[in-house]
Amino acid sequence: MPAFYERREIVTPGDLLAEDNYVAGDNTYKEDGKIYATRVGLVGYDDRKVFVVALKAFYVPFIGDMVIGKVVEVGLGSWIIDINAPYPAVLRASDAFNRPFKPQRDDMLQILDVGDLVMAKIIAYDRTRAPLLTVREPELGKVERGQIVEITPTKIPRVIGRKGSMITMLKQRTNCQITVGQNGVILVSGRSPEDEQLAVMAIRKIDEEAHTSGLTDRVTQMVRSEKRGVEHGSKET
Amino acid sequence: MAQKKPEKLIDEKDVRLDGRGLKELRPMKIEVGVLGNADGSAYIEQGKNKILAAVYGPKEAHPKHLAIPDRALLRCRYHMAPFSVEERKSPAPSRREVELSKVIREALEPAVFVEYYPRTSIDTFVEVLQADGGTRCAAITVASLALADAGIPMRGLVAACAAGKVEGRLVLDLDDIEDKEGEADLPLAWMSHSNAITLLQMDGSLTLDEFGQAVNMAVEGCKQIHGLQKETLKAKYVAVKEEVEE
Amino acid sequence: MKYPIMIRVKQKQIAQLVSLGKRLDGRGLNDYRGIQLEVGVVGRAEGSARVRLGKTEVLVGTKIELGEPFPDVPNQGVLTVNAELVPLASPTFEPGPPREDAIELARVVDRGVRESKAIALEELCVEPGKKVFIVFVDVYVLNHDGNLIDASALAALAALLNTKMFNYEVKEGKIEVKPGYKPLSVKNYPIAVTFAQIDDKLVVDPWLEEEQVMDARITITTDKDGKICALQKGGYGYFTTQQVLEAAKIAKEKAEELRKLVVKG
Repeated sequence: MPAFYERREIVTPGDLLAEDNYVAGDNTYKEDGKIYATRVGLVGYDDRKVFVVALKAFYVPFIGDMVIGKVVEVGLGSWIIDINAPYPAVLRASDAFNRPFKPQRDDMLQILDVGDLVMAKIIAYDRTRAPLLTVREPELGKVERGQIVEITPTKIPRVIGRKGSMITMLKQRTNCQITVGQNGVILVSGRSPEDEQLAVMAIRKIDEEAHTSGLTDRVTQMVRSEKRGVEHGSKET
Repeated sequence: MAQKKPEKLIDEKDVRLDGRGLKELRPMKIEVGVLGNADGSAYIEQGKNKILAAVYGPKEAHPKHLAIPDRALLRCRYHMAPFSVEERKSPAPSRREVELSKVIREALEPAVFVEYYPRTSIDTFVEVLQADGGTRCAAITVASLALADAGIPMRGLVAACAAGKVEGRLVLDLDDIEDKEGEADLPLAWMSHSNAITLLQMDGSLTLDEFGQAVNMAVEGCKQIHGLQKETLKAKYVAVKEEVEE
Repeated sequence: MKYPIMIRVKQKQIAQLVSLGKRLDGRGLNDYRGIQLEVGVVGRAEGSARVRLGKTEVLVGTKIELGEPFPDVPNQGVLTVNAELVPLASPTFEPGPPREDAIELARVVDRGVRESKAIALEELCVEPGKKVFIVFVDVYVLNHDGNLIDASALAALAALLNTKMFNYEVKEGKIEVKPGYKPLSVKNYPIAVTFAQIDDKLVVDPWLEEEQVMDARITITTDKDGKICALQKGGYGYFTTQQVLEAAKIAKEKAEELRKLVVKG
């Protein structure tokens, strides 16, 4: 039962990863007892499971994911939301109004219009239907302010960090509220534009260097030195 | 500039006009992730061929009636820039381009897990910026990398290369003049998965025996190209790694 | 075009039969459907032929006109093959500009005729660089029940063999038509043989339902000397090298059988 790659080695689609009694994990497929990679990425093992951490992939909806999307269409009783996925998502008016929708009484545009940004959770998706969203939880709904950063969805775990270490550090050091949509859209809102800008820069750095080691330290250092620069600069003026 | 046809394309020592041996590929250069907007992109130079490929998707299929209920619609457009050949080519798609778009798509589709994303479309655009024979093969090689760069799940990469017959001898990777003056041209695409031939065309004249040899020669060429494809993809991310670790 | 939806049970049925070496219509894996050939069916055309391959029906007409040669081959006549998937031939055919499968069909037929050098194009030159004969081969699909390529290629060859040229004389750069006809000179007889791959097996001359369940298709055109002159893989599946070589062998044998139907004597 050989495995052909070291942990964290780069593989490409079609590379033979392991044979016999391994289990095919994310971004792999099994055929005739052999496991191959389906995407460019880094090999990982979890007991007998072989998987590939994709270096580039698009967002695929998953039930329970919090996503940030853009309203692209106001329909009869529902909005169509672009969530950077292969399928546009649907938010029903009855969900947003929290009661049965009556077109003669309820004005959907009062809640969401085309171009609005919305924070929502995926409650249903099975590949044959469009992903269905809900906003009936605290903090969900229309986004009124803040800065948006879009990053490769595969790098979201690095923004969060192990047990939330990265995001906790970022929030503390930049004094910003950072909300991470699993679809690669991140919302940053802070007290000053400088704080927000710093958080955005840090997130961009994570996006660029996501698959390298010692990332948390480097980002911490960057935030610290930039902050000093900002404070220093503001003193001079 | 019209090229004058040389008397001989291969000399008595089996050396071709551009100095290559019979079974030698043209020099190749490949890059991935070369375009900003595309979900995936790649660029190839194979001899004098210069070709760009970009992939968008998977995304909602438009127009909607084209969506396939149980798999993604893989679309492909092979197109030659008006300045890519000696005499200006009209930018309107020719019948040749329509056919090549079809066979290129069918060469790539066996490699793509289209069944993962029903009702969506995956659009592949190939622009030939400069042509010198064997563009459909180079197009497949580069488009397959653009698909991988877009993060589309694939069974494997597809590499393509032609074999043919020139002045009585079987040769690998024909350039334009060899293709035009030669006796046969056999473009072939190959994927390591299942040792699959995903594109096969031929024009000219070959005996059954020569045909068998040409197929094997082209497959060997594809294997070399496949190695280069893998190196290119890996190099892109190793570069990111090293840059930071310095 | 609407994406055809195949009944799954039927799909299994076809694949199962093929794995046993049988087919729904009782044929063996390497058997063609019944072929009927008529030539000279359209009087206005210079040559014509109608082929019925099972229920697949194709009509090919040829026309010959005077025109200009291509600048890169000034002393050769011109061959133009076009294919129309006429809407009356199938519920999936629609009026409009040629779809990619019509273009592919025309180009595969064209490649067989051209690459086998079936027509001596240099004999069709009237005045180098200025006037040559253009041979138009128009493939008209009348009923689509699968394997349009083989039916069209066969009909095209039969129509070319049936084509009459008018007699002419060149006098001071002017062409004078003289009474009587002579046959178009046809030097080679390319025959296309198409295989479908179903469940890893090759079947010759797929009919429509087999085409709908096949993984891939391959067409091999051989000339009168048994040499391969054109080849085309289609469909979203693939072949192994062994399958391709096996197909080439069978194609050569089958082409010899088919050639006898078109070329008498």
